[in-house]
Amino acid sequence: MTPAPVDWSEHPAAAAMARRHRLRAWEPIPWVAALAFYFLFPKYLGFGTELLITVLFAISLDLVLGYAGIVTLGQAAFFGAGAYTVGMLAKRGIWNEPITGLILAALVAAAVGLGSGLVLLRTQGLTLLMLTLCTMALLEEAANLAHDYTGGFDGLDSLPIAPLLGRFEFNPLYPTTQYLYVLAVLFVCFVFVRTLIYSPFGQSLTGIRENTLRMHAVGAPVRRRLVLCYALSAAIAGVAGGVWAQANAYVNLGTLGLDRAATVLIILVLGGYGRLYGAFVGAVAYMALSHFLSKIYPTAWQLGLGLLLVVIALFARNGILGIAEAAAHRLRTRATP
Amino acid sequence: MIKRIIAVVAGALALGVASAQAQEVKVGVNLPYTGIGAEFAQLVDRGMELYLKLNADRVKPYKITLIRRDVKDPSGANAKIAVQELLTQDNVDILAGWIYSPNAIASAPIVTAGKKLAVIMNAGTAHITNLSPYYVRTSFSMWHAGYALGEASAKILNAKTAVVGYTDFPPGKDSLAAFKRSFEANGGKVIDEIPMGGAGAVPDFTPFFQRAKDKKPDLFFVFVPAGDHAAAVVKTYAALGMREAGIKLIGPGDITQDTKLQAMGSAAVGLITMHHYHADLDNPENKRFVEAWKKEYGAATTPDFMAVGGYDGMAAIVHVVHALKGKIEVDAALEALKGWKFASPRGPITIDPVTRDIVMNEYLSEAVMKDGRVYQKVIGKIDGVKDACKEQKIGPCAPPAK
Repeated sequence: MTPAPVDWSEHPAAAAMARRHRLRAWEPIPWVAALAFYFLFPKYLGFGTELLITVLFAISLDLVLGYAGIVTLGQAAFFGAGAYTVGMLAKRGIWNEPITGLILAALVAAAVGLGSGLVLLRTQGLTLLMLTLCTMALLEEAANLAHDYTGGFDGLDSLPIAPLLGRFEFNPLYPTTQYLYVLAVLFVCFVFVRTLIYSPFGQSLTGIRENTLRMHAVGAPVRRRLVLCYALSAAIAGVAGGVWAQANAYVNLGTLGLDRAATVLIILVLGGYGRLYGAFVGAVAYMALSHFLSKIYPTAWQLGLGLLLVVIALFARNGILGIAEAAAHRLRTRATP
Repeated sequence: MIKRIIAVVAGALALGVASAQAQEVKVGVNLPYTGIGAEFAQLVDRGMELYLKLNADRVKPYKITLIRRDVKDPSGANAKIAVQELLTQDNVDILAGWIYSPNAIASAPIVTAGKKLAVIMNAGTAHITNLSPYYVRTSFSMWHAGYALGEASAKILNAKTAVVGYTDFPPGKDSLAAFKRSFEANGGKVIDEIPMGGAGAVPDFTPFFQRAKDKKPDLFFVFVPAGDHAAAVVKTYAALGMREAGIKLIGPGDITQDTKLQAMGSAAVGLITMHHYHADLDNPENKRFVEAWKKEYGAATTPDFMAVGGYDGMAAIVHVVHALKGKIEVDAALEALKGWKFASPRGPITIDPVTRDIVMNEYLSEAVMKDGRVYQKVIGKIDGVKDACKEQKIGPCAPPAK
């Protein structure tokens, strides 16, 4: 007499696993909001474009930092690699079609990520942090020295980016095309990252973050997974950099700077890392606040931003989304006595 | 069609109403009010304010409103957004500001698309004014001082050979290129070029200076950032006994920026610099300017070349407002500014009608001690210096191909 086959799909754990990557009701909200922004605030699209690019960049960081647990301060290295790929190809008249340009940017950034990842990811913790910082500094200095190719400190200006799909011009003063283009790119990249995170590969990344030793013990190829994740994240950062260069028709050393890398880290921590949507919340909170405060108080706006960061660091370790989750949890537990 | 006529009539009425009220001209100012550039932004901002304050009568009957925006950093991105929003949200009539060259370069396409007069009050990369037909510069280009100094070295200081030591960042390289070109055009020879580290930290200058000393040049041309770098340069120069060896230490006036000079103290004595402005210039406009500055902002403060960039920039704007009777239209504004002459604290200036860049005197000065403070004594002068980079169409300064 054989035992009746157990229907695992009914098991609560299996159900929970299956539920994880189901589309939740609130998930379309950011996209609807982004589209509404386009129609409601046509005069803020320059800011909006920068905001969406920052979200994309923060998502790339969330993949390595929030999911794989690789602490990096050098994410701007890949942003810059993508931006300079687009910039140098366009400036030299080799390639200026936007969409294929982004693919090239992603490939170059991924190559940089793969190359540096193979070396860097042999280390951990503070050593890793310092090495990521060094990689970025090396790239920045290389771009500074290769003045003939990169324009040095002054950067490459007036990039001749071709119209999108051969039809839609990038207008510098009214960046409507840029906004929708960046939104589309962000959506594609987001869907990719979301799928990746809920795939077995993504689950194994979380496993590595939570307990590297145990992942080794179960036979997971830890380092290979980490390097792959690092390269994928670099590719997305490269897309963010490439689209930045296209939207601005401009590249300079700022794309490779610590400022950019540190800001995106702050944004991610502010929004809540390892949560996918933390990038959205953090970027909107940080950038909207700094944008409007600096408009009202051009000389003292940093005070307001600083206070917010202090409050978040003191009282909300998991960022703004962490607060929301805690509140939701409390509501739920109260509802079911 | 009827709709369009109504719109036109309504527009005309609106214009009429607007002109009947006090003629307000909105100037959108983009400066790095926070971060490492905040100090410079304050100087330019005060320069603008001071002009408006001292010349309140000259501004009337118009009203100039400054709309300030912080551009935060030299990344270009924030400056672009600031300029974009000044144009599309605040509907400014004139743009002004720009401390960092990368920001001016990044903003150029927007300025061109926005079709508004844009007055650059600091950014010194030579070719910027080529990037948009609406850029007018009232500050300087790195080539002004560097090129004039090369000429003065050969003609006034009678030097035959020079060694160049420079901090390895864009203003340093520009300055070197300008100096070398004019010094060699005037019969001199640069016998060695020594990069002396980046702008971030002050290096130990001894090995660089020893190398320069061993070459036995007539001059040692140095470009370093003002402040700690410059103080260390002067000290090393003295410690190695280069003055006794007959080597003169020279540089563009950036290394003796007025705001840093007194802190350098007696270490600065003997430095020979070339620049278009320092607070010790002896002319009535400058006396009035410096006196008003100290009265307004405190006796311990001093204006410097950046403040004068803002002051003269605002003078240019007021001139345009009057010439156009408060209705700022970009092509007419450019016409009004081309060949515009002004008695600035730095001496007579004019705007080159071809390049829209400033033409001004360059002063060769030596730092001496006088009444317990460092004083810059003018020992030579070159009148009407143009930006040589555009004048000679060097590299990116050549006019655009189109």
